[in-house]
Amino acid sequence: MAFVWKRLLGTIPSLIGVVVLTFFISHALPGDPAAYFAGPAANAASIENIRATLGLDRPLPVQFLHYVIDLAQGNLGRSLTTGQPVLTDLIERLPASLELSSFALLFAISIAIPMGVWAATRINGSVDHACRAVVTVSAAFPTFFVGLLFVYVFYFLLGWAPQPLGRLNEIAFSPPPHVTGAYTIDALIAGDWPVLRASLAQLILPAISLGLFALAPIARITRAAMLEALGSDFIRTARASGLPARKILMTYAFRNVLLPVSSVLGMVFSFLLGSNVLIEQVFGWQGVGAYAVSAVIASDYAAVQGFVLMMAMLYVLLNLAVDIFATLVDPRVRFEG
Amino acid sequence: MSIVTLARNTGYAFGENRLTLMAVIILAVLALCAIFGPTIAPYDPLVTSATTKLARPSALHPFGTDALGRDILSRVIVATRLDLGMAVSAVALSFVVGLALGSLAGYFGGWTDRIIGRSMDTIMAFPLFVLAMGIVVALGNSVANIIIATMIINLPFYCRFARAEVNVRRELGYVEAARMGGNGSLRVLLSHIVPNILPPMMVQASLNMGWAILNAAGLSFIGLGVRPPTPEWGIMVSEGASYIISGEWWAFMFPGGALVLAVFSFNMLGDGLRDLLDPRKRV
Repeated sequence: MAFVWKRLLGTIPSLIGVVVLTFFISHALPGDPAAYFAGPAANAASIENIRATLGLDRPLPVQFLHYVIDLAQGNLGRSLTTGQPVLTDLIERLPASLELSSFALLFAISIAIPMGVWAATRINGSVDHACRAVVTVSAAFPTFFVGLLFVYVFYFLLGWAPQPLGRLNEIAFSPPPHVTGAYTIDALIAGDWPVLRASLAQLILPAISLGLFALAPIARITRAAMLEALGSDFIRTARASGLPARKILMTYAFRNVLLPVSSVLGMVFSFLLGSNVLIEQVFGWQGVGAYAVSAVIASDYAAVQGFVLMMAMLYVLLNLAVDIFATLVDPRVRFEG
Repeated sequence: MSIVTLARNTGYAFGENRLTLMAVIILAVLALCAIFGPTIAPYDPLVTSATTKLARPSALHPFGTDALGRDILSRVIVATRLDLGMAVSAVALSFVVGLALGSLAGYFGGWTDRIIGRSMDTIMAFPLFVLAMGIVVALGNSVANIIIATMIINLPFYCRFARAEVNVRRELGYVEAARMGGNGSLRVLLSHIVPNILPPMMVQASLNMGWAILNAAGLSFIGLGVRPPTPEWGIMVSEGASYIISGEWWAFMFPGGALVLAVFSFNMLGDGLRDLLDPRKRV
């Protein structure tokens, strides 16, 4: 357990860094929030007035103290567009985003790992070429463009997917009773099969277009790690001892893939949380990303800052989870500290 | 590297890897579009026309027209300057700033290293695209701020790279010799170490360029920075997106295609340059 505590303590500097940088972005940069809030018709006096009510005329360290106190109380300010506290807005929409990202990650991992393993056992085979193609494509295609291409092909041309307008066709179905906030899981809990089907149908295109980009780094690193493992002495020994090929591949070689994969997951999460914004925008998915985009368009300052802070916290926690997972799969990491 | 090996390696990079050659050609075309865009474009990219709204691609309008009847081909061509300009300036800025910070951290170590390292870690503690959004919103919604935001989220990669490269060279014989010869720290750093880490940094920069383009286009796709009616690939894709469900594919496909082409070419060029400078990493 000691190493888990150590990792937990290790996230504190990151969290402090996140809070300081978010504060710096929102208070110390030249953009003037008082002028934003005052609106285009404001004169110098009314801007000054708003600056005083927002506390922006106080020295930076004092502002920082107030900022931290507000954060500790969960006060991220009030959204201009919805009129609700930003935290309430974000919590309301977070399950939808987590649902989308988790499905994307699930899709990516369940394709990428077998693909990488297969590609490593048959270099220059068809799976290997497919693997390389996905890596090249995902490095060159913008996520939002791929999302739109999918809509065009699977909705307009083929008619397989439902209209890309949100999480559920709310004219035909009513959302399942709120438990987790993720429609698919709530529908499963309620045993409402038609709603489960409908929400899965809405989910599948955005999840795949997001997952496609998480797939590439995982597949590449799996392939590389597997190649290295297969070329090593202990695999040669295992082969020479006449162990069945399946056991060598799955038990001995595959175990060495888990650590490199978990180390690339940090990057994958950074990517997923960022691209979520774009994909939610494309598919009208009512998550935190789409919320942030409408806040951006409306210059809703507090909402965007709250979103950035929440995503950063989430990212730090995900990295922590990845670290703990890495120490569990590979005892060597524990001692490296 | 003698001239002969350089020539041979160039031959390798182009001969063995046709993709690199193709990338160079595409980039040359894009560069021409960026420089002469407004002159080459068959129509004025801003002139609207009520009679040719959302016209299919035809001989008159090879890429079709958008919802306001503007010629998409002209808009795609004219947008090249802005899109490449944003990416090139962002990458150039992070290159210079990252090189400076990374070299200082790697050469002096100690507190300099700790402070710079911690700052970079803090940037990396954010999902990078989300951080870029936050920065643009805070600084104000403009093209210049998109460049600054893209610069900041790229900075840690250059900084860490430069730091590691300087760190391994700090104690090398020729650096010691330069120091013994009475050169000051800055002089040793600037005229003996930095010139040696420039080539690998350049490879890093060209590999990074595609990502910078994607990032800037992503920001303008969600409505940051570039404002309509300015032609820019990201915003054009976003404008065209509304017409996909009624089947007007050309309005989003061509600007998106231009993005893909540009990013793909930069990635291929980066791979080619890496082969050229570091033949060991050829795969």
